[in-house]
Amino acid sequence: MKGKNLLKKNEFYIVIIIAVLACIIQAISGQFFTSNNLVDLLRSMIVPGMMAAGLFMVIVSGNIDVSFPYTAMLCMFAVTKWFSVINYQGPVFLAFLIAGLIGLVLGLLNGVLAAWLKLPTLIITLGTCTIFLGITQGVLQSSVISVLPAPMAKMAATNLFSVVNGETGLGSSMPVSILFLIAIYLIVGFIMKYTMLGRGIYAVGGDPVAAERAGFNVNFIRIFVFTFMGVVGGITGITQVTVSGMCQINFFDGYEMTIIAAVVLGGANIAGGSGTVIGTFLGVLLMKMISNNLILLGIPTNWSKFMTGILIIAGVSMSAYKSVLAKRRVASNILEDGHKEEA
Amino acid sequence: MSEILLQAKQISKHFGGVTALDRVDLTIKKGEIHCLMGENGCGKSTLIKIISGFYRPDGGSITFEGKEYDRLSIAESIGLGIQVIYQDMSIFPNLTVAENIAINNELYNRRKLVNWKAVKSIAKEALDHIGIELPLEAVVGELSVADKQLIAIARAILNNSKLIIMDEPTSALTRKEVDKLFKVIRQLQQEGISTLFVSHKLDEVFEIADQFTVFRNGKLVVADSAKNINDEQFVYYMTGRKLEEVAFTPKKIDHDRAILKVENLGLTNGFANISFEIHPGEILGITGLLGSGRTELAKTLFGLYSATEGHIYIDGREVQIRTPMDAIRHKIAYVPEDRLTEGLFLTQSIENNMIVSNIDRLKTGKKTVDYEKGHEDSLAWVKNLGIKLNELKDGIQTLSGGNQQKVVLGKWLETEPRVLILNGPTVGVDIAAKFDIHAYLRTLAEKMNLAILLISDDISEVLNNCNRILIIKNGRIVSEHVNTELDQHRLQELVTGSKEETA
Ligand SMILES: Nc1ncnc2c1ncn2[C@@H]1O[C@H](COP(=O)(O)OP(=O)(O)OP(=O)(O)O)[C@@H](O)[C@H]1O
Ligand SMILES: [Mg+2]
Repeated sequence: MKGKNLLKKNEFYIVIIIAVLACIIQAISGQFFTSNNLVDLLRSMIVPGMMAAGLFMVIVSGNIDVSFPYTAMLCMFAVTKWFSVINYQGPVFLAFLIAGLIGLVLGLLNGVLAAWLKLPTLIITLGTCTIFLGITQGVLQSSVISVLPAPMAKMAATNLFSVVNGETGLGSSMPVSILFLIAIYLIVGFIMKYTMLGRGIYAVGGDPVAAERAGFNVNFIRIFVFTFMGVVGGITGITQVTVSGMCQINFFDGYEMTIIAAVVLGGANIAGGSGTVIGTFLGVLLMKMISNNLILLGIPTNWSKFMTGILIIAGVSMSAYKSVLAKRRVASNILEDGHKEEA
Repeated sequence: MSEILLQAKQISKHFGGVTALDRVDLTIKKGEIHCLMGENGCGKSTLIKIISGFYRPDGGSITFEGKEYDRLSIAESIGLGIQVIYQDMSIFPNLTVAENIAINNELYNRRKLVNWKAVKSIAKEALDHIGIELPLEAVVGELSVADKQLIAIARAILNNSKLIIMDEPTSALTRKEVDKLFKVIRQLQQEGISTLFVSHKLDEVFEIADQFTVFRNGKLVVADSAKNINDEQFVYYMTGRKLEEVAFTPKKIDHDRAILKVENLGLTNGFANISFEIHPGEILGITGLLGSGRTELAKTLFGLYSATEGHIYIDGREVQIRTPMDAIRHKIAYVPEDRLTEGLFLTQSIENNMIVSNIDRLKTGKKTVDYEKGHEDSLAWVKNLGIKLNELKDGIQTLSGGNQQKVVLGKWLETEPRVLILNGPTVGVDIAAKFDIHAYLRTLAEKMNLAILLISDDISEVLNNCNRILIIKNGRIVSEHVNTELDQHRLQELVTGSKEETA
């Protein structure tokens, strides 16, 4: 019974793909299971991973958000610029708090519009993301900030630990913000699995009318997922600054697509209602493994998007194929005597 | 017993230009089993949705336990102790059986956190309560309609509710499960819980009802005690017609020619050794309990499953049916049991739903579709089947449940099939329409020489309309009968399987 359940789980297949891919990379380059490569991999997962966790909730609720990279960008520039201007010297925590609050407002805007207009959320967030970009470019007049305010620069220079690869002499450091990544996955995991709110998110994604009739506050749930995504977006903006040590307008270029792809690759149904936060994490991991390590396989990095695309299509067709197969099989055995008869 | 629990007064509801309810009244007493009756589209579900807070009434008031409300919100209604089984079941296809069942309880108790152990035990208890076994961890979307209906029932039956509303809860169930449900309803009645019950099956209503209310065209026709009325009067109240059905006997059957012939057909886990033939002009009935393999058989004949053994012949020639496209090419049509998930495009208009299976026939030249002809055909079917609608271009969701069912039927009849497979064709259809559909099927068989395979739980439907009847059990045909040799009682016995009978 246990083994059968395992085979049904999407995560199981992603883990296998990840393991196989890791072995291939290791076999060809001998560089995958090295301390610096693993730290680099985790480090590169922080920002996309956090965004994916937020987006996972949005997608499970049956909605979509393409504005979060722009939320992150806006929060990043707004806070960094402001702190530079006032020459802020206090704790860095405040930067995250303010960015989170700005993100909250932007996410709330998405959520309220979604609940109120009842239009497809792709269209709503396509609209708002243009507004966010406009504010960043027009009002903040930002494209690059290379000197960070002191507290943020200090966080950028602080690492949890560093490793050096004895063979190659290459080193890597683990930023403190990896803790944010862990925290967000724990929070999202808890909400989705152990709160009625989280179950409501699944319910709305499965059948919004049934959810409303059962007594869930469907509008609240919609507003919540977008607001949460906004807060995560805001915090991620500052995280990105402290990971890379600067602000750049093109940090999040194309993120809307790659993050959606990672979540779907992780087994979440794009139409809503299903998926797990662990799957999402694995989806991001797989994605990053490909884009970071192709070079180790001797494939030029220019091809990483291509490979990712192939992987997404393969992953999605596999789960589609599985569900078609399941539909064409009779699940429980009717031929046995005593089927469904109670004892 | 005489204390009034709920009183709906002068309730009206309009949808655009359609008057769904016109100043109707409904009074339910404490501990009463009340049946709400009427033709398809007469406003039953609309009134239920007003009581549950899903719709806002245009006029009137609702009094519950002495307190008057202009309208109820969903939360208020649940808070008052009103639980509803909606006609479309409104369950979550993406969640497990356990969670679907426990969710009403959790919401009713305003839980903030989920206790997964409690979810399982609540679900288990609820299923035990109605005497049903289902795998708690299964995802509901993969289950049959009947299982879904049982889940909807199990989750609505909370011990602390005061009124349980059931909008056609038994449409997919066989007699066996209905008996269990009725036992539960009576038990709830002992505890002082009232039930509002909607069904088109008259025998059920007569068995369970204390009191009844009949609507016609959104208006109240009569409300009375069930003791004061008989079958015939009832039909007359509902339809304004007198209906009488006689057993179907085809004129002459050409036994040498079979349109559809099935030999030793088998499907892994589904059925085995199925053989039968249908001659032109015959209506062959298949009946059996839930999960007896009848739906799997129908789906296999339509290519939704592919048979793992055996042969299928059409007009004497062997054919391979692996996909629905194959089936359609061989002029096989299938009216599925689950109209909502298998029969309709829920976001499309009524008209698009009706012409979709006929796109081939409506093709002009190479690539374009003759919508005008499609429109005419659709109008003709609306008239033939008496589908109650406002305009053909309205969304399919604006139709009442029974009328949606008629659309599914119409769309397949429009394809001009040679073999027509019907799985519960009159589920949720009112008695007058059912009578008309039966008459129509007989005409099709006799005049057009179709081969019709009618799968149904409805004993009288099978008995009256099929000249031969197969009984299926655990995926095998156990016996074959001629309709004129049986009566309802005997057929029911055969289906539920009194032990002395062996094939
Ligand atoms: N959302 C809607 N929009 C427009 N018209 C609607 C809507 N819901 C119901 N109607 C119309 O209101 C009328 C009453 O429908 P209702 O669903 O209450 O019928 P019913 O008595 O439950 O019928 P059935 O026995 O077929 O379930 C029908 O004419 C239907 O077409
Ligand atoms: Mg109805």
